[in-house]
Amino acid sequence: MVRKEMIAMLLAGGQGSRLGVLTARVAKPAVSFGGKYRIIDFPLSNCINSGIDTVGVLTQYQPLRLNTHIGIGIPWDLDRNNGGVTILPPYEKSDNSEWYSGTANAIFQNMNYMEQYNPEYVLILSGDHIYKMDYEVMLDFHKENQADVTIATMPVPLEEAGRFGIVIADENKKIQDFEEKPAQPRSNLASMGIYIFSWNVLKEALYAMKEQSGCDFGMHIIPYCHQRGKRLFAYEYNGYWKDVGTLGSYWEANMELIDLIPEFNLYEEYWKIYTKSDIIEPQYLSADSVVEKSIIGEGTEIYGEVHSSVIGAGVTIGKGSVVRDSIIMKGTTIGENTIIDKSILAENCSVGSNTVLNVGEEATNELNASIYSFGLVTVGEDSVIPDGVKVGKNTAIFGVTDKEDYPGGVLESGKVIIKAGDLL
Amino acid sequence: MKAIGIILAGGNNSRMQELSNKRAIAAMPIGGSYRCIDFALSSMSNSRIQTVAVLTQYSARSLNEHLSSSKWWDFGRKQGGLFVFNPTVTVDNSWWYRGTADAMYQNISFLKKRHEPYVIITSGDCVYKGDFNQVLDYHIEKKADITVVCKDMGPSEDVSRFGVVRMNEDAKIIEFEEKPMLSSSNTISTGIYIVRRRQLIEMLERSAAEDRWDFVTDILIRYKNMKQIYGYKIKDYWSNIATVESYYQTNMDFLKPEVRKHFFCNEPKICSKVDDLPPAKYNVGSDVRNSLIASGCIINSKVENSVLFKKVFVGKNCVIKNSVILNDVYIGDNAHIENCIVESRNTIKANTYYCGDGEIKIVSESNERYVL
Repeated sequence: MVRKEMIAMLLAGGQGSRLGVLTARVAKPAVSFGGKYRIIDFPLSNCINSGIDTVGVLTQYQPLRLNTHIGIGIPWDLDRNNGGVTILPPYEKSDNSEWYSGTANAIFQNMNYMEQYNPEYVLILSGDHIYKMDYEVMLDFHKENQADVTIATMPVPLEEAGRFGIVIADENKKIQDFEEKPAQPRSNLASMGIYIFSWNVLKEALYAMKEQSGCDFGMHIIPYCHQRGKRLFAYEYNGYWKDVGTLGSYWEANMELIDLIPEFNLYEEYWKIYTKSDIIEPQYLSADSVVEKSIIGEGTEIYGEVHSSVIGAGVTIGKGSVVRDSIIMKGTTIGENTIIDKSILAENCSVGSNTVLNVGEEATNELNASIYSFGLVTVGEDSVIPDGVKVGKNTAIFGVTDKEDYPGGVLESGKVIIKAGDLL
Repeated sequence: MKAIGIILAGGNNSRMQELSNKRAIAAMPIGGSYRCIDFALSSMSNSRIQTVAVLTQYSARSLNEHLSSSKWWDFGRKQGGLFVFNPTVTVDNSWWYRGTADAMYQNISFLKKRHEPYVIITSGDCVYKGDFNQVLDYHIEKKADITVVCKDMGPSEDVSRFGVVRMNEDAKIIEFEEKPMLSSSNTISTGIYIVRRRQLIEMLERSAAEDRWDFVTDILIRYKNMKQIYGYKIKDYWSNIATVESYYQTNMDFLKPEVRKHFFCNEPKICSKVDDLPPAKYNVGSDVRNSLIASGCIINSKVENSVLFKKVFVGKNCVIKNSVILNDVYIGDNAHIENCIVESRNTIKANTYYCGDGEIKIVSESNERYVL
């Protein structure tokens, strides 16, 4: 087989549990973003735009949507005779079969995949960030410094540095030390979870740490390399990078796209983001529709009003309905005279007529206040909300609900209705 | 499927005016997201036809670019697939395609090499979605030599640009006139035919020997008393792009809910080459009414009763009314465009005024565009 200079390993097995009902049936990398895309489109497009044509995608949690989306990689031009995209799920082995127990463990279990390309460098990526980055520039940096490991970092405000893994580097960007979520940060360079390893260094470290349970790059492999005196460098990235790990940051990142000239611009010609689009029809705006400050996906039909929202493909918004500050994903239908404020509706939902989402005062969520806050209404995929009900803030709805589920026609702020499990 | 497909896509029509300067009619953008030939290709693919030949001649560059990969219509198969035949100079032929029959005759080796018993011939200039299996079943049931797919036009419609047929009560075609000045019937041929492959080869060879090159006049009309030619009527939407008016009207038809439902909502759908464009964006000041907007558009002002194809930029304080704006057009601030077709990749300067008066105006400017 032709030797590849650098291959990418994309970690896409995480649930992303802080996205609540949005990831009840899909892995976080498969969650829709920006009216048309899924989160994994960003790292995948970055790969092909950076000239990397061999990508292993490691899946574990709810992989169906992800597998369907990636297919054989046609949208990213990753359908190749040699290389291309390969889905790598955990598999049974003759001894010691196990799930992927950590990021590095997952990579270790796919040693054979990497061996067959015998690359010089391996790029480790995760499938849950929104950014555009040229990995080739990072590789040049890695080569220039004759590094063993290069960690992509970005400067963050010092007061926020306590939320990140912080890298302390000298003036030549050689890494001196690490701190995980430090109370008194000594540097403002946060690790982005993107690494380039020289292949032999990675291989040696993975074998050495193979008994480590839950083996993780940040916690085990990087410190191991550091202790062995390997050359670790911090590559500084200064573009847009957004972790969409929480409902609040996910909502915010979507809303930023509707700015006049957003910081993260999808309309740039020279760094396109590719995705599998199975809906290609144009969108229709009716004679009495009002649409302002919004982005709208293909095949959507709008008969009502949309303000400051991100609407996916194949959505229908009925007459007299008003959607504000919301994210509505693919295939969802909104009835007539319904008012939706600051809500996130996942794919293929159906909301009845004369219903109001996001009313009243904020209240702490009864199920999990750390997930369902930010004053949002979050609705999981394939959910049904009946006609004529009112839904409060910090609420979550998942499953087919009917009027009985709403005492007095109201779901109070902070309440949750979950009527669907994994297999329902 | 027991048939192969042939799509005649070589045509040009002077009644398309400047619109056909850039491309063949089969490559004309239709309905916001499609090219004309997508309809024929998708109908073939959706009818599970595996092998399709597209015969091109006039200004085929844009069309070839569109057909550069067959995967969008699911023709990327080991068996069969999508073939594009441009005229070529060979040892015994240095002609262009002299007519539709000649186009097929010059590629007769393709017809001879296949094993499927039937051939479905369609035109790349038509907007139509249908299941050819039903037509084939009808063809077999009638024991027809040729089946012509027909449509009844409204009593007020001018049929003089079509082939007009008259059928008897058994649906056998008893009269066939090509573009008659005055006609007694308003049933027209849609340019979709089914014929047995061996029969077609035989008729093409015989016509070629007699220096006859047109499928309609030299085969259908000449053979109509000798062969069993049947008509199969369709009721679905069908439109032929041959004039500026028909092109404009077909695009405007997509603003009607029943047409959108037929093409956009009902399965199977029409496939097209995928452009990697972001979703459409509506900024402050956008006011879009009764319009179709394709992906990649950015809108800052008023758009009414119009069809905007992919990647159109509409500046501030513009008025776009009753117009068709083709792909990748940039419209500067304060422009007024009414009753127009704006040619693709145009840059309309700020403060421009265009209004078609009583007829559709074709706007084709070649201003430089400066991209930051």
